Amino acid sequence: MLTKVHTGLEPVPGVWWKPAHKAEKIWVAVAFVWCMILFAMMPLWHWKGGQNPSGVRRRVDPKAFYARTVAFANQYKVGEDKGLPIVAPPAGADVYVTALTFQWYPILKLERGKEYTLHLSSLDVNHGFSLFPINVNFQVVPGYDYGLRVTPTATGDFRILCNEFCGIGHHTMVGRVIVVDEAGRTVSDNAAAAVGQGGQP
Amino acid sequence: MTAAAVPAPGAFRKCGATGLLVHSRAEWLIKLNAVTAVVALLIGASAALLLVLTRWQAVHLLPAVWYYRLLGVHGMNMLIFFIIYFEMAVLWFAGTVLLNSRPAAPRFGFFNFGLMVVGSLLILWMQFSGKADVLFTSYPPLKADPIYYLGIILFAVGGLCVVGQYFATLVIARREKTYVGSQPLVVYGATTAAIIAVVTLLHGALVYIPTFLWSVGLIPAVDPEVYRLLWWALGHSSQQINVAAMVAIWYMLGGLTVGAVVLNEKVSRSAFVLYILFISMASAHHLLVDPGFGPAWKIVNTSYFMYMAVLASMVHGFTVPAGMELGMRLRGFTDGLFGWLRRAPWGDPGFSALVLSVVVFGFFGGITGVTIGTEQINILAHNTLRIPGHFHATVVSGTAMAFMGATYYLLPLIFQRKVAFWKVARIQPYLFAGGMLMVEMGMTFAGSFGVPRRHWDISFSQAAFDVQFNPVVDLFLALMGIGGILAVTGALAFILIAVKSVFLGEKVTEFPRGSAIAGIPQGLTNPPVHAANVDEINEQLHAPSRGWMGATPGTVVLVGVFFLAFILYYFTNWKLLSFLWKIG
Ligand code: HEM
Ligand SMILES: [Cu+2]
Ligand SMILES: [Cu+2]
Repeated sequence: MLTKVHTGLEPVPGVWWKPAHKAEKIWVAVAFVWCMILFAMMPLWHWKGGQNPSGVRRRVDPKAFYARTVAFANQYKVGEDKGLPIVAPPAGADVYVTALTFQWYPILKLERGKEYTLHLSSLDVNHGFSLFPINVNFQVVPGYDYGLRVTPTATGDFRILCNEFCGIGHHTMVGRVIVVDEAGRTVSDNAAAAVGQGGQP
Repeated sequence: MTAAAVPAPGAFRKCGATGLLVHSRAEWLIKLNAVTAVVALLIGASAALLLVLTRWQAVHLLPAVWYYRLLGVHGMNMLIFFIIYFEMAVLWFAGTVLLNSRPAAPRFGFFNFGLMVVGSLLILWMQFSGKADVLFTSYPPLKADPIYYLGIILFAVGGLCVVGQYFATLVIARREKTYVGSQPLVVYGATTAAIIAVVTLLHGALVYIPTFLWSVGLIPAVDPEVYRLLWWALGHSSQQINVAAMVAIWYMLGGLTVGAVVLNEKVSRSAFVLYILFISMASAHHLLVDPGFGPAWKIVNTSYFMYMAVLASMVHGFTVPAGMELGMRLRGFTDGLFGWLRRAPWGDPGFSALVLSVVVFGFFGGITGVTIGTEQINILAHNTLRIPGHFHATVVSGTAMAFMGATYYLLPLIFQRKVAFWKVARIQPYLFAGGMLMVEMGMTFAGSFGVPRRHWDISFSQAAFDVQFNPVVDLFLALMGIGGILAVTGALAFILIAVKSVFLGEKVTEFPRGSAIAGIPQGLTNPPVHAANVDEINEQLHAPSRGWMGATPGTVVLVGVFFLAFILYYFTNWKLLSFLWKIG
């Protein structure tokens, strides 16, 4: 029943379609079941879990998206920091952030526990949205609007790093997101969050 | 395919160790490709040293422009040139030597090699002159000089033609009956790699030809998301070439070093077929948090349709060590669970490279890869240092390490030279793998704190807003830095050994049995032969009375440990994910 003993370097005479041994069969079965679990976890998390990269996705003209972002910033502007508007949209609003070499426009001021639809896109090349320090990462692609429903769960002064190479100034590209509580304070309950200078959160 | 006329009888020599027939033209093609691979490794490793000393923020060696430029050079030379030239050598080796065959159209083979070299030189010229500062992924609308894209196209065309020649060689071997029965498993694995190569290289044409036309102004734009889809259908699927080639080498080194046997051809071959079936889907691993694709597409594709390629790797992860264990047991090393491991030839660099490759690839590369390639968990990992942390464990500690191990056998077998600096060679795999493991751990842990990949300055000294990473990140980056220095030393040692052996090495044509000779791996002078009644012993080892752990209880325990580590790491990451903001 066994094939004749041979190494992987030797040609195999005759029929090699022979039954496997028990341990091998068990391992293949275990691995198969595990693979099904790996697979099932993803739909399961869409159903029960709170973090999914689904969002609403559509194509946009990069310039039109930028214009929409500027209009949004003007509409809800509450302050300014480093020349960038600080924008405080109401809960449930569509929020726009444009990535352009080398900045994230504008600065957002959101409220803890409220849901927003955060639209991300780029005016020029690919950028990488990386929310620091909680480490949430999304690809930002020119011509595509990624509308993610986000609910901040902690207050603080957050950063947006760029983690897709976008040109020689890539490492200078940092944006800012402020999350306040119901009373408008940034009581930081995530101690690791960097606290910026300037600006009136 | 035009096949050369039947070769002159003198075109073959008989290998002194294995008795295989080696065709002189094929030998030259193997040598040329292997040497070029080593040159590429030298360039890539030199760049690696400078990169690692830049990412180690406390050292921060290079200026920004040169960091990004050399990052492109490193990616290109390592992942593309080093790996693919070596794979070309493997294809020529598997197609001709292992099958006692002549190569199909060797002149065309030299031409294709030339094409690839010209392509490589164009690419390097563009990169070093700063006309292609786009990293090796070159996502548009970032644009490089047209010559850069042209170089890639030439390289890919050359490679595709060699793959065609490999298939032609298989046909010749079959027609001329140079072997009896079915292809050896190692050749079967190489064939798997070749088939996948065709698929990925066609995607390459699909992506680089329009991009080239765009760069010369003939078409107005390349859609950035479509580019990413097609580019990764080339870029990630080609990693499956590396996996298939690596697994083929695992089986080869297992056979050469410890007489590893194939437990069951059906299981191993079916696993190779699984690699082929779902291959184009791998692109999704890079697009899990992209705006261009919906959840259903992402789930089906990232899992290669329900993780069938993962299943394949888990199968090989069992059959390779089990084959080694059984091979050892059949030779009489039967004591206890792990006697076969204890008494294995750890001083043979071919063997140690094999084991290190299997272990790091499986435990580190495999587990992290499946985890961060999960649709939602990718939110935690995308474009952080966790990504290079993962793939250095697969393509470097796995594939590159296996290639190095194979080289220690190819030097005497194909180049007919003793391995130079034998004492160094004996520890080289440990040095390289150990250093690399530190790099991988450092990167993975730093990445878990959100440290981005492809980033010159995480102190953000020139940024508008300050960013302060958790101080422990410095520790991880130092781990990566020190590991990087060790790994590069290991890589340079390998290069030195290879170059000295090839060009100045002592000639060997005879492999006297039974004596240990410095410079010749023990698998050649003390071949791991099985006893005459091996089939009988094999029956006994497989007796049902030995219980469900069967003939290879040691391996059963090892994969059990692996499986527990896998489960733990995987669910820990789901837990970490659940702490983030709510996102949907
Ligand atoms: C010799 C030891 C090696 C060391 C110390 C090393 C180190 C590094 C470092 C520090 C980076 C930059 C990570 C970043 O800043 O984003 C990197 C990137 C990379 N390495 Fe290596 N590496 C080594 C070998 C290899 C090998 C053998 C391969 C392929 C076979 C390889 C493939 C890559 C690739 C594809 C990248 C990504 C380039 C990019 O992001 O564009 N490396 N490596
Ligand atoms: Cu950017
Ligand atoms: Cu960037």
